[in-house]
Amino acid sequence: MFDFSIVTKWFDALLSQTLGLPSFWTILIECVLIGLLVLTAYALICIVLIFMERKVCAYFQCRVGPMRVGPWGIFQVFADVLKMLIKEIFTVDKSDKLLYAIAPFLVMIASVGTFSFLPWNKGMHILDFNVGIFLVTAISSIGVLGVFLAGWGSNNKYSVVSAMRAAVQMISYEVSLGLCLICAVILTGTMQMSGIIEAQTGPWKWLIIQGHIPAIIAFIVFLIAGNAEANRGPFDLGEAESELTAGYHTEYSGMGFGYYYLAEYLNLFVISGLASAVFLGGWAPLNVGITGFDNLMNMIPGFVWFFGKTFMLVWILMWVRWTFPRLRIDNLLKLEWKYLMPLMLFVLVLTTCCVAFGLTF
Amino acid sequence: MENNKSYFGEIGAAIKTLATGMKVTLIEYFTPKVTEQYPENRKTTLHVAQRHRGRLVFKRNEDESHNCVACTMCEKACPNDTIKITAHMEEDPETGRKKKKLDDYQYDLGDCMFCQLCVNACNFDAIEFTNDFENSVFDRNKLVCHLDKEVYKGGSLPNILDGGAPLTIGKFNTKTK
Repeated sequence: MFDFSIVTKWFDALLSQTLGLPSFWTILIECVLIGLLVLTAYALICIVLIFMERKVCAYFQCRVGPMRVGPWGIFQVFADVLKMLIKEIFTVDKSDKLLYAIAPFLVMIASVGTFSFLPWNKGMHILDFNVGIFLVTAISSIGVLGVFLAGWGSNNKYSVVSAMRAAVQMISYEVSLGLCLICAVILTGTMQMSGIIEAQTGPWKWLIIQGHIPAIIAFIVFLIAGNAEANRGPFDLGEAESELTAGYHTEYSGMGFGYYYLAEYLNLFVISGLASAVFLGGWAPLNVGITGFDNLMNMIPGFVWFFGKTFMLVWILMWVRWTFPRLRIDNLLKLEWKYLMPLMLFVLVLTTCCVAFGLTF
Repeated sequence: MENNKSYFGEIGAAIKTLATGMKVTLIEYFTPKVTEQYPENRKTTLHVAQRHRGRLVFKRNEDESHNCVACTMCEKACPNDTIKITAHMEEDPETGRKKKKLDDYQYDLGDCMFCQLCVNACNFDAIEFTNDFENSVFDRNKLVCHLDKEVYKGGSLPNILDGGAPLTIGKFNTKTK
């Protein structure tokens, strides 16, 4: 198994010892570099996701999707971005200019923040606190603020209504999302992202196998709640695609809208990434206890495992999104408060019992 | 729909219906797509009736000469100025008679509404409608044709003048689905 910390340690040593920089400059350079890398990865993954979404959606609806720009339509996303960049940016009269301006950035901060928590590879965690899981849920909540401020700042009553619906939904589903993560914390006994992955390495140690019934239920609920949290799927009450006017970002044009679009797709990736990290073992390869097979699987680098699992989950979430129709707000809240949350409370007790009586693998 | 079910009965019914939906879309994911991509699809032979009015062409004799005498009957018959004929008088040096000579027969396909009034008005059997309907271009100016300059031989699609592919009813000509 390739350990990425070799590279980071080498780079750290290069700056602090070989070049002899003081620790302030070392850390500053590393921070800037990592920030750039994160944003680059963010943009690249977003491009991939938007293209994938369009193709997958088209295939589910028996169409072919974009085919014109570039072979098989692979440059369609760039054309879209170009279009978005050259759109006129207007501001709304009597809107709250400050809130209107910062709302997209709040959404982006939440999205990039949670994005930085994903465990890409062994030794390749960007943020790895000992309360990592808690921090993920905390940072992802900033997104709700961005969504609500967008509606409020636009001086548009329909936007406010839509923003309220989106905010209510996101806040509600965060409850079961948190409970799912707590289940994982109980099973692994740590809140640190790297610790959770570390606990899932080894034969049949993925959490979904380790924790069997409660973990599987928690995994499914995590996907549902995550889908709602990312404002997608049958839960996309607040939004509509680029040219329709609906939702909390009605009054945003050009890249203002683009940021919401970007954040939505990356939230999808973040949710899938978290689900794969917490329940499917992140970068942990599939081990079955047979040495030859395990060695072969360990040869595959961790980020390949991580991306494979994550994109599989992304595909499943897209499958869900393009299958089910949009639901009414009261139905969604009913689903959360009457079904998912009680279920997760029950699963929480079940998980605790399983761990306490040693019923896990 | 199923409001009379109990709390848990509703969960069961919901999971069942959701699974049905997922199954349907998953099957759809792997079925071949029926969407036809238009410009690439120009090679497909469809059945086009021979009398279909696709565009106006000059009828040609064996030596590729045409019968138009620039009488402008078609131009006058045209309801929306699709046809513009320019001509000049020319004296035949042998007989000394003056005769109208066609300079340009301009036909704007983009304006044409395919009413066939020009063909009906023509006394010299010089023009006709062909069933070649494949006229899409990215620039409207390319639709302005000069019929006397071009010698029309067959269309952009194979066998289109003979009606294209044989007529099949109730089935698209591309993929079987």
